Amino acid sequence: MLDQGIGARVLRKEDDRHLHGRGQFVGDLAMKGLKEVAFLRSNLAHGRIRTISKPAGKEALIVTAADLKTIKPIFADSSIPGFKASNYPALATDKVRFVGECLAACIADTRAAAEDLAEEIEVDIEELPAVIDSLKARAPDAPLVHDDWSDNLFLTTSVQGDIETLAKTAPVKVTRELRTGRQCMHPMEGKGVLAYWDFQAGQLVVYTSTQVPHMIRTGLSETLGLEQRQIRVIPPDVGGGFGYKCVLQPEEIVIAWLAMTTKRPHRWVEDRREHLTAGANSREHHYQITAYADNRGRLLGLDAEITVSVGAYSVWPFTACLEAAQAGGNLPGPYDFQVYRCKTFSVATNKPPFTPYRGVARPGVCFAIELMMDAIAREVGRDPMDVRAENLVKSEQMPYNNVTGKHYDSGDYPASLKQVSELIDAQAIRTRQKTPEADGRLIGVGFSTFTEQSAHGTKVFASWGIPVVPGYEQATVRLTPDGGLEIRAGIHTIGQGLETTLSQVAVQELGIDYDQVRVTLGDTASTPYSTGAYASRGMVMAGGAVSRASQELARRIRRIAAHLLQCKDEDIRFEDREIRARGASLSFADIGRAWYLRPEQLPEDVNTMGMEVTEGYKPQVDTGVFTYASHAAVVAVDPETGIVEILDYAAVDDCGRMVNPMIVEGQVLGGTVQGVGTALFEESPYDQAGQPLASTLQDYTLPGASDLPWIKLGHIETLSPYSAHGIKGVGEGGAIAPPGAIVNAINDALKGHNVEITQIPATPERILSAILAAESQQKGAAS
Amino acid sequence: MKPAPFDYNKPASLSLAVSQLSETSGSGKIIAGGQSLGPMLNLRLARPNSVFDIRQLEELRGIQSDADSVSYGAAICHVDFEDGLVEDATQGMMRHVAGGIAHRAVRNRGTIGGSLAHADPAADWVNTTVALNATFTVLGATGRRTIAAPDFFLGAFTTSLNDDEVLEKITIPRLSDEAAWGYYKICRKKGEFAEAIGILVVDPIRGYARAVMGAVDAPPIVLDDLARSIAEAGTARDINLDQVVQQALPDANPISLRHHCVALQRAIQQVYPS
Repeated sequence: MLDQGIGARVLRKEDDRHLHGRGQFVGDLAMKGLKEVAFLRSNLAHGRIRTISKPAGKEALIVTAADLKTIKPIFADSSIPGFKASNYPALATDKVRFVGECLAACIADTRAAAEDLAEEIEVDIEELPAVIDSLKARAPDAPLVHDDWSDNLFLTTSVQGDIETLAKTAPVKVTRELRTGRQCMHPMEGKGVLAYWDFQAGQLVVYTSTQVPHMIRTGLSETLGLEQRQIRVIPPDVGGGFGYKCVLQPEEIVIAWLAMTTKRPHRWVEDRREHLTAGANSREHHYQITAYADNRGRLLGLDAEITVSVGAYSVWPFTACLEAAQAGGNLPGPYDFQVYRCKTFSVATNKPPFTPYRGVARPGVCFAIELMMDAIAREVGRDPMDVRAENLVKSEQMPYNNVTGKHYDSGDYPASLKQVSELIDAQAIRTRQKTPEADGRLIGVGFSTFTEQSAHGTKVFASWGIPVVPGYEQATVRLTPDGGLEIRAGIHTIGQGLETTLSQVAVQELGIDYDQVRVTLGDTASTPYSTGAYASRGMVMAGGAVSRASQELARRIRRIAAHLLQCKDEDIRFEDREIRARGASLSFADIGRAWYLRPEQLPEDVNTMGMEVTEGYKPQVDTGVFTYASHAAVVAVDPETGIVEILDYAAVDDCGRMVNPMIVEGQVLGGTVQGVGTALFEESPYDQAGQPLASTLQDYTLPGASDLPWIKLGHIETLSPYSAHGIKGVGEGGAIAPPGAIVNAINDALKGHNVEITQIPATPERILSAILAAESQQKGAAS
Repeated sequence: MKPAPFDYNKPASLSLAVSQLSETSGSGKIIAGGQSLGPMLNLRLARPNSVFDIRQLEELRGIQSDADSVSYGAAICHVDFEDGLVEDATQGMMRHVAGGIAHRAVRNRGTIGGSLAHADPAADWVNTTVALNATFTVLGATGRRTIAAPDFFLGAFTTSLNDDEVLEKITIPRLSDEAAWGYYKICRKKGEFAEAIGILVVDPIRGYARAVMGAVDAPPIVLDDLARSIAEAGTARDINLDQVVQQALPDANPISLRHHCVALQRAIQQVYPS
């Protein structure tokens, strides 16, 4: 292993600027004549707009839908039959469909003054009954979110397995109703966008906090009616995305339109209240689910109905059906069974639209299948870990095609479960449980295993019918005249350290010094088209592209070096940051100088494409490379208060070759903490009128350092047979497993109390309610 | 989330602050640490025309102590109690309570007087000062007066401070060496406002016993009879706390009742472990 190449724990290139507070985010940009924009937002969840009146004399400072006539609404259709697309206007036109929907943009010199302006606008909206509960929204007599639809269903899907036959013979049947809370993902930096007109380039320049700059250019072009060559999207530093920043947002369109039409710079920076009420919604699922098993708890079949409360609109480009499609496809998880029936419902509700959040649907389905696994174990009277281990796909079955046709490429799932149970010493917990705790709390242990399709490719996305499908990922590498290396890729770094890891891939191929590598990402003017950073695809796809481009650059360098050193190409070795052959050596600067400044030294047959290479990459399969992990939690539940403390937590993952183990650990830790939030804390509740009840971080509870134990990590490194260097994606995985592991641990702790938690977040209130209900039931039975 | 426009003033003395405040006829607000008012301004829930910043006034950061009590300036920060930088009149109780307020960043700037004047029923100081039978000294345009803590809090976020009055100091009667206290709060998560607070203070030398139920969407509930009978018996074994709590909170839901009962019970246990 090179000390700076793949597998090295090099320090992140990004951290110097961030730790010194010198990052450049949208909010940091300064520009002469910059106007700040605040949005007036709907305070009703559902209503028909009668009038929006601007204050007299200030009409020019306020923009409503009536002013935006030339803009097309966001329109994200799916080619899946039966999908209903929505028209999502940048500023509401006839109806408002969620609290927080943009009604008007207000322009001033400061944000505070823009907010003052927003207060002066008079809005008259006729309130309509709100569609809030996703199950009620499915009823035939429910009010309609979109008047021209026949119901509130964006899409229903169905997988048909022969459950009827199985139901007649299966010895064990377990049925549960499960719910996951509506969540709001929380990057430290919210959304932000600044746009201006560059007269020299004849371009609209849009700085936007995004994961997908090239797609935003495409999306802006479609909605604004500009040609794509007239738009340049530059993503500055992005303070986290988690999926929130991978869709085209109404505010992005309005700010771009303002810059395009006024030719003056405008900016909007989302605040936390906007973020919590109008922005990032995700995760709200309902499951009706029955598992069939044999007497040992061996899973035979699964019958599920999944309802997702998608919100009011279909987001571009991931549509309103990505979540349910992923849920239905991924529910079977890492388990080996043959009969599966599943219906999914993507339901339109009067809430902000779903954006894909780290793990997309899988935290929900993992929670569901993992709770079922424990429920089966309790039903057959065995330890959940043993039942789980028996049901997992075994390493000797790899590659394995599961019941939904997913192609699991490699790995040893049971080994991850065994390792994680050793990390938390599950045996010792079982012993500890035999003696009551001095403080009266109840101890429980829980497990959760998942498999995650990462870097899924063209065919997978095409099958979801979404408007933009990823293909080859490209990267450009260029040797500079003084021997440095510049990498350019269209993907973006949003905190995940791609400037570092892409450099490490180039170092691996070229042996060049890590400090001599510079990475430019995402700028549509200088990088190859990429659909962007999502779906745990960055390292596999962009890493693969940098690998290929670096290999080609190495071939060209080898030719020049062989000529200069008077040897054969195959004698050339890249070693110790030099290019060597038979005792002689050249520096990368020697090669750069020869190509750019002293071409008379070049061989006659030199590749005239020179020291700049763009290459494309796709893994050998389109079906994705499957990361997997097992998590384990030990909790103490206070049965008098319902408060849960996580005493111990461990995660063992396999993401193939780790490019930078330190970054992998960071991804797993960060994801795990978000998963703890999903399990115990985070929820965006709505009242029946559709009013969001968590509009500040006082009401929306995020996990903090004081709520966490030291999280133990373990790794298995099984290389994928299908990707460059055997890399699998790791960005999302950590967030998937914690709800299953933690709630299983809570239920393990409460098993003597006849209590089972089936809804997350498992708040003290929910746990205590369940305990009180069980107590009163017991009293009722006794009397 | 930016505040509506307001005038920012930094009066040079408390008496100036009072006279300037009185000139605003109710549209002025005092700010010290800004840990409650700051967010309310940003959310435009508070819309004062003028804000008077008294955080830097030395006269509000001092301590006066005598044999019976200690008086704390209203602008003393939570961290000053937490870190033991000011004398604790309560055998460690105030220091313990201060260390459990929100998060360190909030404690760094938040002041005891600000918290009391804000009067959030779930705030630690609100309940603690009632449990300790503190006296508040307030200065208004017409002069100075004192208010006993239980009379200061009229309701959630409502106090008996007049529009032109500023909380000046908090006088806490000393607890003797033989005093004991219990303080238990139930929070959904560390640093959040409490779901329930239970307090018991017993000082046999002074013949003082008080129990408080806090975080009840109303001023703290004082249970002196309960405290006395526990103190006399030296245990709460024979007391039906469920009943006590239910009587005190007739409209509370079962979860809330359980939380308040547990908080009170655990506070009592800290004093009488049996």
